[in-house]
Amino acid sequence: MFLPSPWRQFFPGILALAEQQQTWLDSAATAQKPQVMIDTLSQYYQQGVANVHRAQHQPGERATRAFEAARSSIADWLQADANDTVIFTKGSTEGINLLSQALAHHFQAGDEILISAYEHHANLLPWQQLARARDLTLKVLPMDKHGHLDIDYAIRQLSTRSKVVAISALSNVIGHRQSLQPLLAAARKAGAWTVIDGAQAAVHQRPNVQQLDCDFFVCSAHKLYGPDGVGVLFARQHAVTALRHWQFGGEMVRRCDYQQAEFLPAPLGFEPGTPSTANIVAFAATLDWLQSLDSQAIAEHEARLHAAVLTGLQERGMQIIGSPNCALISFNAPQIHHSDLALLLGEQGVAVRAGHHCAMPLLQSLGLAGALRVSLAMYNNGDDIQHFFSALDQALEILQ
Amino acid sequence: MSGLSRAAQQAVHDFQSCQQWEQRARLLLQWGAQLDELPEALRTPDNLVHGCETRVWLLLDQQADPLCFQVASEARLLRGLLALLLLRITGLNAKQMVEVDVAEWFALLGLSRQLSPSRSNGLTAVLLKMQALLAQN
Repeated sequence: MFLPSPWRQFFPGILALAEQQQTWLDSAATAQKPQVMIDTLSQYYQQGVANVHRAQHQPGERATRAFEAARSSIADWLQADANDTVIFTKGSTEGINLLSQALAHHFQAGDEILISAYEHHANLLPWQQLARARDLTLKVLPMDKHGHLDIDYAIRQLSTRSKVVAISALSNVIGHRQSLQPLLAAARKAGAWTVIDGAQAAVHQRPNVQQLDCDFFVCSAHKLYGPDGVGVLFARQHAVTALRHWQFGGEMVRRCDYQQAEFLPAPLGFEPGTPSTANIVAFAATLDWLQSLDSQAIAEHEARLHAAVLTGLQERGMQIIGSPNCALISFNAPQIHHSDLALLLGEQGVAVRAGHHCAMPLLQSLGLAGALRVSLAMYNNGDDIQHFFSALDQALEILQ
Repeated sequence: MSGLSRAAQQAVHDFQSCQQWEQRARLLLQWGAQLDELPEALRTPDNLVHGCETRVWLLLDQQADPLCFQVASEARLLRGLLALLLLRITGLNAKQMVEVDVAEWFALLGLSRQLSPSRSNGLTAVLLKMQALLAQN
C-alpha cells in the first residue's frame, strides 16, 4: 500500500515508536508531537522562566508577551473575530465543565439542555450533573441508522425552554463529520447558547468559528499535535459576558478584601493561578507550523488512509459502527470479543483503542460491550495500514 | 518459584516452551476453554469486578474447603489468564493466597505484560477484588 506521508519525518515520536515496532493508530486518544513543538518547549525553559501578568521585571514581561502572542495566534487559527475571547483551560473537558458551571445561574427548573446521543463523557457528564443539580431536562438528540445526527429532528426539538445545545463536531466513536450550521442557527433563534466540542474535529480541519457561528467552542492541544494539559475555550463577544466566574485564586481579581472581591473579565478572570505558559507557547508554535503546511494535501492524505482502512475492514466482514467519513473507524469482528482482538493486536505492536471510548451510553444504545477503534493522523502511512491489516488477519486466524 | 503444584509446574513448562506470541496466545485460549463456566444465575451485578472494561465476575465460595474462587469473563484470552491465576492459588488457604506473588507467577509464564495497571485489562482489578473477598472471609 503506497501511501507515504511527507510529514512523518517531522514527528520524532512516530519514528521512535516505529523503532520500537509500534504502529500508532490511536491519535484520536492523543497525537504524536512535531519537532517544532518539542523545540519550542525546550527553548522556552532554556531561556529562563518567569510568571505571566504579575511582575514588572523583564523576564516577566517577556513571558507575558509570549503568552499573549500565543493567545492571539491561537485566536487567528480559530479564525476568531477581534472581539471574541480565547480562554486557556486544561483541555476540552475543563472547557465544558467551565461552561456548565459558569452558565448555571441562568437556568430555571424545567429548562432544557440538548446534546447528541454520541457525545463523549466530557460533553455529557458536566451537563448531566448540572441538569440533576438544578432540575433541568437533558434532551438527547438521536442518530439515524448511519450514526449521524438527525438534524431536522434535532431542530424540531428546540423550544423556548432550550438553553444550551452542546454537540461534538466529530464523534470519537463514529468518526462522522456533518454540517451543524442549520442546527446552530436554529438554536440561536430559539435563544439557546451553542457549544461545539471540537476535541476530535479540530485536528482534521482547521476550525472556522466565524463560519460555524457558535457561541462557544472547545478543543484540546494534545490531540492537535500540541502539548498535554492545555486547551482552549473560545467565546463569542455576546456570550462571554454571560459567564460567571467559576474558579478563584491568583491573578483573576481586580480588587479583593477579606470579605469580598471583584473579578477581572475574561479571559484573565477565568484563568486563576499560574497558567501552563510553556505549553501554551508551544501549542501556538505548533498551530503556526500546521498553518504553514498544505492543509488540502493533509486532508487528502488522511482521506486516502481512511478509505483504505474502511475498505480493508469491509472486505474482512468487520462490523463497522455507523458510516464514518473522517479520521477514525470503530468496529468489531463478528463473534469475537473486542478485548481479545485488542490484546492480540497489541502483541503485534499495533496500538489501537479498545473499549467503550468514554461513550458508554452510545455503546449501550448500540447493544455493544465495546469496540476497537483505528484513528489516523497526518503522519500515518500505507505501511501503518498494511501492518494493521496483517496483524488483524493473524489475530482473527487465532481467534476464529 | 517454590510451592508450585505439579499442574502449575507443567503450565510454566508449556508457556516457557512457546517460541512465538502466536503459540502463547493459542495456549492461553486453551486454558481459557478449560475454565469452568459460571452459571448465568451467578453473573450478577454484585459479582462483577469493577474497574475493568471487560465484564468479569468473581465469587469466593465460602463453603468450599479449601477455599475456591469462581470466575467468568466474556473475553477468551482474559479467561485464560484467570484460569492460570486460579491454577496458582488452588489448594492454598487464605493466608497463603494473599502471599502469592502474582507478578512473579505471570513473569514465569512470560505473560508479565498482561498485568498492566491499565484499566483495559481486567486482571489487576480481579486481583484487588480477590484480596477484598479474602479479607472479608
